[in-house]
Amino acid sequence: MMTVLYFASVKEKVGLSEEQVDPPASVATVNDLIDWLAARSPRHAEAFASRGMIKSAVDQTHVPASASVADAREVAFFPPVTGG
Amino acid sequence: MTTAPSNVRIQSTPFDPGAELNAFLKETPHAGGIAVFIGQMRDFKGPDRATGAPVSAMALEHYPGMAEKELGALIDEARGRWKLDNVRVIHRSGDLAPSDPIVFVAAASAHRVDALEACTFLIDWLKTKAPFWKKETTGTGAAWVDATGADDVRAARWDKA
Repeated sequence: MMTVLYFASVKEKVGLSEEQVDPPASVATVNDLIDWLAARSPRHAEAFASRGMIKSAVDQTHVPASASVADAREVAFFPPVTGG
Repeated sequence: MTTAPSNVRIQSTPFDPGAELNAFLKETPHAGGIAVFIGQMRDFKGPDRATGAPVSAMALEHYPGMAEKELGALIDEARGRWKLDNVRVIHRSGDLAPSDPIVFVAAASAHRVDALEACTFLIDWLKTKAPFWKKETTGTGAAWVDATGADDVRAARWDKA
């Protein structure tokens, strides 16, 4: 099981701030996880439609979409940050 | 050098930058140079006040846990690059009104160059790495603020070759 978190515009599109998921072993990378999550609902599909604009973090560390999710406990998806 | 937790603060209530600066100065009486950046909420969208749409409110969302971790990592990185006596980053979350302080960055060193460069580095990297998102309310409703390429360019100046 892993916790998937959504923030800002991604959260609004998906309609959830977090969900517990149990993806199959074939989901090896963040990119794989996006493909798998996008198939969960039309809202997920829309949220991940322009995936180039979505940033990701694994266990609270920024990662590229090619990163492994094999041992991930928490994966987060969000737009580019705009704080400060 | 490890970072004391008190060097990073994220809070949902307003803070007083003057009081924060005074406290910081009191903690760091032997530093020769202190550099401070204060970011506060604008009441307009776009490049300037004359042409921008009025902004009446802002909400700041953040990723609890990762935001504190990223700010701590920025401070550790700054301490590795410059000789600093003290560093502080305070960032708001939640609902803000125009002119409310959003962020306070302070760096203290024996000499001005380390303090000034570290302060600039901290805010430049904060803007592209710390997981915060602004949503602005204008006459046409509330909308997420888009990230700008200019921020990426500024942050990249600090990348190590």
